[in-house]
Amino acid sequence: MSWLKKNWWIAGLLVALVVALLSPLASQHPDGLERVAEDQGFSQKAEESPLRVLPDYKSPGIADQRLATIVSGLLGVTIIFVLVYTLGRWTRRRQRAIGPTAATAPQAEHEQRLASPPPEPESEKR
Amino acid sequence: MHIPDGFLTAPVSIAAWAASAGSVGYAVRRVNHELGERQVPLMGVTAAFIFAAQMMNFAVIGGTSGHLLGGALASILLGPWAAMLVLSSVITIQALLFQDGGLLAMGANIFNMAVIGVLVGWVTYTSLQRLLRGRFAPVAHTAGAFLAGWLSIVVSAMLAAGELVLSGTLPAAVALPAMGGWHVLIGVGEGLITVGVLAFLRLVRPDLLTVHNSAGGAES
Repeated sequence: MSWLKKNWWIAGLLVALVVALLSPLASQHPDGLERVAEDQGFSQKAEESPLRVLPDYKSPGIADQRLATIVSGLLGVTIIFVLVYTLGRWTRRRQRAIGPTAATAPQAEHEQRLASPPPEPESEKR
Repeated sequence: MHIPDGFLTAPVSIAAWAASAGSVGYAVRRVNHELGERQVPLMGVTAAFIFAAQMMNFAVIGGTSGHLLGGALASILLGPWAAMLVLSSVITIQALLFQDGGLLAMGANIFNMAVIGVLVGWVTYTSLQRLLRGRFAPVAHTAGAFLAGWLSIVVSAMLAAGELVLSGTLPAAVALPAMGGWHVLIGVGEGLITVGVLAFLRLVRPDLLTVHNSAGGAES
């Protein structure tokens, strides 16, 4: 437990992977926009994407539809996590690289805010 | 409400691309100033969760389904600028890898859900925290999160409807009530999930709810 508390982001990632595992349970009904497109008779206007990587969240080459959905869900969760984490690290590195000009003024403000007791959630912040 | 290619005309798609590129560029600059150490993994986890949750369509009435978009949730957890980057990344990967949402229409999808959906969620939530003080303070988090989720869906759907109208795909008298009607219902699901996830986090890791308020904050 304490290990998970310290590595909370691993726990969060596990939650996302579990949701992906449950994805075959998702409703197969059309979503709001698809429903409107069907009702109003313009759903045939939808063009197939020129890309065919994992269309409709189904990994190709897996016969079982539920398994195909699970595999592409797990892949997607992993790819998204790595991509956004890298993007975040990259913007942070840029933030440091900017150095004492642009980045430090708000940084100092944050440190000042940290030194004071944590603000009450209902207090005016912006 | 990921718009596929074919529903929007080229001028509408290109205008939406320009609007979302400008907004995301601005968000990158704002995030540069505000990103704290713990916000980076929280961005990754939030994006991963939202991607998975977007696969989990829930049935509403009448043979229609909806799924979490997560713009309000991400903005409450991360602040609006990091949330825009998270949602834009999710929509980009969905279009490139899963053929969910078009390529030309990606600008419109990012604008509707990642830019405006996030901003509406953020403004609604923070406004309610300010409005509901004193006697109503105990319900401010819950009411704010629910309304932020609900309104972000409804406004995103109306934008999508407006783009369909501008593209001549549907007349306004049809598009607005049809899209609005379904998403008023789907928004209830969005609101409930947003409230539920935040309540769960408040129970297990309340410190994660204030990560974006203490950017550059101390590592726990």
